[in-house]
Amino acid sequence: MSALHFVWQAAAVLVGGGLLGLVYKGFDRKLAARMQARIGPPLRQPFLDVGKLLVKESVVPKDAVGWLFRAMPFLAVVASFTVLLYLPWGPFPAVLGGYGDAILVLYLLAVPALAMALGGFASGSPLATVGAQREIVMLMSYEFPLAVAVVGVVWRLATLGGGPVFSLGAIAAAPLWAQVGPLGVIGLAILAACLLIVTPAELSKIPFDIPEAETEIAGGLMVEYSGTYLALFYLADAAKTIAMAALVVTLFAPYGIAGLLGLSGAGAQAVDLVFHLLKIFVVMFAAVTTVRVAMARLKIDQVARGFWLQITAVAVAGLVLLVLDRMVVG
Amino acid sequence: MPETQNVYEIPIGPIHPALKEPIRFTFQVEGERIRGVDVRAGFAHRGIEFMAMKRNLIQTLYLSERICGICSISHPIAITLAVERAAGIEVPPRAQYLRVIFSELERIHSHLLWAGVAAHELGFDTLLHLTWKVREQVLDILEELSGNRIDYAIPIYGGVRRDIVPAQVPKVEAMVRYYRGLLDELLDAFLRDPSVEARTRDVGILTAQEADSLCAVGPTARASGLSKDVRQDRPYLVYGELGVRAITPRDWGLEPRGDVYDKAVVRLLEIGQSLDLIEKCLYEMPDGEITSFPKIPALLAYLKKAEGEGLGWHEAPRGEVIHYIRLEAGVEEPVVWKVKAPTYSNLMSWVPMFRDQEVADIPIIAASIDPCMCCMDRVHVVRDGSPGTVLKEELLRLSRAKTERVTRHLSPVPRHGGAA
Repeated sequence: MSALHFVWQAAAVLVGGGLLGLVYKGFDRKLAARMQARIGPPLRQPFLDVGKLLVKESVVPKDAVGWLFRAMPFLAVVASFTVLLYLPWGPFPAVLGGYGDAILVLYLLAVPALAMALGGFASGSPLATVGAQREIVMLMSYEFPLAVAVVGVVWRLATLGGGPVFSLGAIAAAPLWAQVGPLGVIGLAILAACLLIVTPAELSKIPFDIPEAETEIAGGLMVEYSGTYLALFYLADAAKTIAMAALVVTLFAPYGIAGLLGLSGAGAQAVDLVFHLLKIFVVMFAAVTTVRVAMARLKIDQVARGFWLQITAVAVAGLVLLVLDRMVVG
Repeated sequence: MPETQNVYEIPIGPIHPALKEPIRFTFQVEGERIRGVDVRAGFAHRGIEFMAMKRNLIQTLYLSERICGICSISHPIAITLAVERAAGIEVPPRAQYLRVIFSELERIHSHLLWAGVAAHELGFDTLLHLTWKVREQVLDILEELSGNRIDYAIPIYGGVRRDIVPAQVPKVEAMVRYYRGLLDELLDAFLRDPSVEARTRDVGILTAQEADSLCAVGPTARASGLSKDVRQDRPYLVYGELGVRAITPRDWGLEPRGDVYDKAVVRLLEIGQSLDLIEKCLYEMPDGEITSFPKIPALLAYLKKAEGEGLGWHEAPRGEVIHYIRLEAGVEEPVVWKVKAPTYSNLMSWVPMFRDQEVADIPIIAASIDPCMCCMDRVHVVRDGSPGTVLKEELLRLSRAKTERVTRHLSPVPRHGGAA
């Protein structure tokens, strides 16, 4: 791959991912509004929001640790957009596929949350401090089931001799569902369900929007952020939404439809890419939009207990089923 | 900022998304646990009673309607009852029924408003939007009957200002039917939703004993299991004939715990009770006059000659509201007008409710007594430009001095500023 070609690809993914993230946010808001019997904002509202935030004044509080407070939004954006480069996009392999794998993606997904928490601590507001503490607790809660789900899929693939271990490209190329026995299918379904439950937590959406809890701590760790910095966090959130949904799709539904339609060449790639984006949208709609209109906000201790005990137990059960499946099927 | 032993002070208010009206909490928080709370009121103090003492009684009635937008019939009803007692004015029976109808319509819209706010505090915005959508029905009926969505301008000394004409009766009946069909759905959405239950069960508990000793009123007290309702305990208007019974969580088949969930139970069941009362009033209402003083100037002239003092009480959506009024012959203005709003009685029940709860519970506990600051704020102490605190003995002394000054028509402004 020539350097120029690589740069062009990366730019396409980053710009496309950012735009897509905002478009999906617009759909999310509109659909949520329709479900709540409201009219909702126009689809382009997220673009208007970002545009407005970019021209607004960015206030840094007097008590804040200035450099940390300013640096964190950039860290969040860089981390969340970098994830997009490690994910395969339907028919197209990941831009940085040869340089990182599922483990790296998991780490990168945790970075924006850490950046938000650090920014919250650095802003010197007691409300942001509470929000940041909650963000850290959340992170510790959902990371384990998330890791179990990803590792389970990857390990089963490795036992079947599929590609380099932990490579998302290899996972996407060889969907597991057809290669495992009935026990394995049940196990995979359980892991997929766990990952869908983790998704809104990873994205801090209701019922897990605890770190920002608008009615409790007035926006929590975002409370002191304004202007450009807030726009950056907003963009990071949009990109992270895409990345998380794309991860779910890559792990559990990496199918294309071009083969079924008998297409080939550029047409097939285009159709598969659109289908991939559609799957991402379906995951977002199922795991974020519908959940956030159907539930109340939970409390941090309820969430921590739920993820550490119930959800982790369920995820481990799925993993055990995969292990049993290996004993049966090989 | 952190102090010793990791106890933070979190200021909530006077301006905060969790609060619909200005009040200030200072929480001592250890991690996510609340260890103590300090409440400061007085941010919505407008000196409304003092304004009334400079105006005639009709204008005071207008002011009373504007003490609060949500309780905008409770205050006028309480003041009209007080003035009618003080001046010995008869109220025709039809007017009494009409007052009850409007009171109960207001209770429905107030409780629906509360339910929406409570859902929003829990982060359940879908429920907020749905609740407020159905609330529009009762507001439409109020507009149909009085011309206004709030501030209905219905009660007047000696009766009411507007009648319900036969053409309007089917509309009210349709509204009652609409809510009857909807009530089960609402009860379902609030009381059988697992995520709502997880956030409200055993949160913000006020035991029956605490509620009793802190003189809680209204749904706040009833949720703790106290059978306390002014309409039942000291019937006025036609409530005695209608036979109102205080609703407690027992009516939902639960032993009262006094938590937020119970407060939601009581309020939602009261919507059903109000529907029954409205229906009863519509059918039992006798024909006849709606006011004993059709001409306002005649009323004003009569009130100017009246002398005496009176107390008016009413079960507002939030609990007992009491107006005290004193009239003197030859004076158009009320000499003394004192308003005791329900939130004033419920304020202190926050302290036991917040104890050892989590930060996440603050909004819903604060909302659970359905606070109404603009009803409540009567005093704000300012000394040399800075807010201060007055202890009980001094407040008593100041109050007595103030009462003496007011009754002697001296200057109402004390030497060092203060309670007004």
